Amino acid sequence: MTAIEDRPETQIGKATLRKEDARLITGQTRWTDNITLPGMLHAAILRSPMAHAKITNLDVSGAKDSANVIEVYTGADLADDYGALPCAWPVTPDMVNPPHMALAVDEVNYVGDAVAVVLARDKASAVDALEAIDVDYEPLEAVVDMAAAAKDGAARVHEDTQSNISYVWPFSNGDVDAAFDQAEHVVQRRFINQRLIPMAIEPRSVVVEPQAASGELTLYSSTQIPHILRLMLALTVGIPEQKIRVVAPDVGGGFGSKLNVYAEEVLLTAIAMRLGRPIKWTATRSEDIQATIHGRDQIQDISIAADADGRIRGLKVKLLADMGAYLQLVTPGVPILGALMFPAIYKMDAYEFECTGVFTNKTPTDAYRGAGRPEATFAIERIVDELAAELDMDPMELRKRNWIAHEEFPYDTITGLTYDSGNYEAATAKAMDLFDYDGLRQEQQQRRDSGDSVQLGIGISTFTEMCGLAPSRVLGSLDYGAGGWEAATVRVLPSGKVEVVTGSSPHGQGHVTAWSQIAADYLGVPFDDIDVLHGDTKISPMGLDTYGSRSLVVGGIALKRACDKVVEKAKTFAAHMLEASEDDLDFEAGTFSVKGDKEKSTTIQDIALAVFAGHDYPEGVELDLTSNMVFDPENFSFPHGTHLCATEVDTETGWVSIRKYVCVDDIGNVINPMIVEGQVHGGLAQGIAQAMWEGVEFDDDGNLLTSSLIDYTLPTAVDMPTFITDRTETPATSNDLGVKGVGEAGTIASTPAVVNAVVDALRPRGVTDVLMPMTPKNVWAAMAAADAGQQTRVTDPTGAGAAIADDAARPEGGQQ
Amino acid sequence: MVSTTTQAKRTAITVTVDGTSYTDDVEPRLLFVNYLREVLGLTGTNIGCDTSNCGACTILVDGRSAKSCTMLAVQADGAEVTTIQGVGNGDLHPVQKAFHEKHGLQCGYCTPGMICSAMSLLSQNASPTEEEIRAGLEGNLCRCTGYQNIVEAVAQAANEMNGANR
Repeated sequence: MTAIEDRPETQIGKATLRKEDARLITGQTRWTDNITLPGMLHAAILRSPMAHAKITNLDVSGAKDSANVIEVYTGADLADDYGALPCAWPVTPDMVNPPHMALAVDEVNYVGDAVAVVLARDKASAVDALEAIDVDYEPLEAVVDMAAAAKDGAARVHEDTQSNISYVWPFSNGDVDAAFDQAEHVVQRRFINQRLIPMAIEPRSVVVEPQAASGELTLYSSTQIPHILRLMLALTVGIPEQKIRVVAPDVGGGFGSKLNVYAEEVLLTAIAMRLGRPIKWTATRSEDIQATIHGRDQIQDISIAADADGRIRGLKVKLLADMGAYLQLVTPGVPILGALMFPAIYKMDAYEFECTGVFTNKTPTDAYRGAGRPEATFAIERIVDELAAELDMDPMELRKRNWIAHEEFPYDTITGLTYDSGNYEAATAKAMDLFDYDGLRQEQQQRRDSGDSVQLGIGISTFTEMCGLAPSRVLGSLDYGAGGWEAATVRVLPSGKVEVVTGSSPHGQGHVTAWSQIAADYLGVPFDDIDVLHGDTKISPMGLDTYGSRSLVVGGIALKRACDKVVEKAKTFAAHMLEASEDDLDFEAGTFSVKGDKEKSTTIQDIALAVFAGHDYPEGVELDLTSNMVFDPENFSFPHGTHLCATEVDTETGWVSIRKYVCVDDIGNVINPMIVEGQVHGGLAQGIAQAMWEGVEFDDDGNLLTSSLIDYTLPTAVDMPTFITDRTETPATSNDLGVKGVGEAGTIASTPAVVNAVVDALRPRGVTDVLMPMTPKNVWAAMAAADAGQQTRVTDPTGAGAAIADDAARPEGGQQ
Repeated sequence: MVSTTTQAKRTAITVTVDGTSYTDDVEPRLLFVNYLREVLGLTGTNIGCDTSNCGACTILVDGRSAKSCTMLAVQADGAEVTTIQGVGNGDLHPVQKAFHEKHGLQCGYCTPGMICSAMSLLSQNASPTEEEIRAGLEGNLCRCTGYQNIVEAVAQAANEMNGANR
């Protein structure tokens, strides 16, 4: 194949408008909740109002007698119908994983834990009947504070465990003690990475359609992972895998929250097999907030050791990670994904990491956009700024002294990863230029000098992430329950049109457009002649779905190679049709021609028709162009970038406004720059929202206080700044297309840039941290604490996890 | 939610939706968005929350934007309603076209409501500033786009509509 740059009229690299839009802008959509089937029942779920309680009495007879109710089930009724919900990532051999049943049986463990399910002829009747269920709860102590929960002797979430610790996962490399002993400066901080709600705008929804006679079942779900879900349903409910079809119709956003196997999917499957009737369940928003996974939620104790000239010697990280009440699909693995990324773009001699997974009586956490890597990036980019302050050095200068230089790639990091490529210098230079870094620094000084009540702060985040999850062997070494390959099939139809089948399952990313662009270039067929099929295990039987910025980096490569394979197969037929040797053929833009005789040619479409007809073809050759390809990457990809944020902080009110946000991301080669920019915008919005507005709050009894969109404040169009985005292109060397992935970049990078900016604005008055979300109240509290001469937050001088201070002043928001 | 319950007293309504007149007996508690989705089968209008915050269900009632989850079906009696499925009158409305051209949508779940809100905004303010566009869309939440391309789409639609009106 020719290199991308040499191809005429390429689709790759063009801001082609999306094929997906036509249906979405006209309301011709196929959301799961739109599905109505003959005889369909509607499910409503009774959920626990208590964070932790024994169920001492559960009487559903009233609900059974309610109008239009067909059946009511409790956890005890269905105990034999399914196993516990799966956790696919046993991060340590001794990880504690209490069974998590789709319906609670004796005990509820978080507000929203499912207790009973009503099946009725219509949804209103099902919801009405919930009122007629009698439950007596005997309250148990709610375990809410993660730090307290981790201590010996703490009240336990699960009675039959020894403690609330699910696992302790350590990692170290290099002589950490020497690095810290020899370093002239050590800076230590505790950062709170607060709990967030992913909040895809489409609430989760499940429809099941059983066929009693054959034992087959189709499950429609607003899921990111139809393939994984199919296997997990087979294992959990005990239906033979070949009898289960999972369909992800149009899916309205996921951000990791639909990367799971949920109680409702298992529950409806089991009940449908009993009743033999289709069933639908759709979450209300309030239900979704309680019963869909949350993200983040770490207490991060981090210390960094450096020489006087700023050279970083070592890094120590000790995490407490809130698992919530149970381990969902990849709950325990989320902080482990971060473990490898705390050292980020920096060179150092030694690194030590330990994560303790802690149970609490709260909604389980799991992957939310970035999954472990935003938390890591936040902590490292925050502490590098703190180190710069300690050294009285410009924070960008400190970064430059420590980052991996362009000529040092490929670079083996202290965590054992190999960063294949990168150019931090180029991305940073471009960002500083777009930002007017020096000009803003000058203005900052003027405002400081004049004692302006509105202070200016500049925040930096020079991030990298590992994307393209993932090399299957590496996942195996991390004890993950599956591989990380992806599959593609390419079919050239008799008319010359093309069907691409992908195992990746989009929910807003624009795969249909981007995959069409790739296939158009590598097959040489028109963009509009290509359809992309996905999200249905009957149509796309192989795949590992969409998460971890993996679709293009893994699935896109599978597609490219499947296209190459089609061309290789077609070449045999072309040689036969043109009466030439295969070696004498050129292939360009869909046409095979004989070298030196361009007139003697045939197109891939003509070949497809000839193969379909089969009237004349070479002996011994399979009569088919269809090609399958599975691609398993050798390495992750490592997008990076430089994000710069200027904030204005009103020191009289604590009000923060974002004055300017510039990011230059390097995600390697780009298939569709329009889609890339959209991904960056959306990622930025979510990362900035963590810094500024969002945070889950529980009261001391474990009641979820941010239980609706009134209380959990998603940013609106008014809140968001206009972003200045740009790119540098340093191709990945680890895949054929040189791509790195972009889905998570904006979210991973932006949070520390914003917090660094606010701390920078307030540092002259002694502020060293501001708790997220940086509401006026939290900013004001940080200023007040600094004015009173206190460090913003108590840090634990011993750095020992067991001695983690729980007496830190904790203003509004974040972990309670 | 449509109930098959018979004991609730039903009320007759007549409402025009996307140019077609419908008469139905509805429960007093039936939300208009559920009437659209479940009685009429017009599933282009989405439900994203239960507190009237997200705006996914926004439609046009007598030309003005309304969150169809904050309305009872009985309140729509006599109204002229346009949903995302009728805004283009068989063609693409300039706002729909601009959302496509400016990449103002990703997953598309908020899009029907976003487009209806934008149309309502432009009907009251034909040449909004960026700030006015942002304020006009404050009642519609999008989790995918960060709003920037939505704002640009609305500005482009305004330009196109103003050009057409000149």
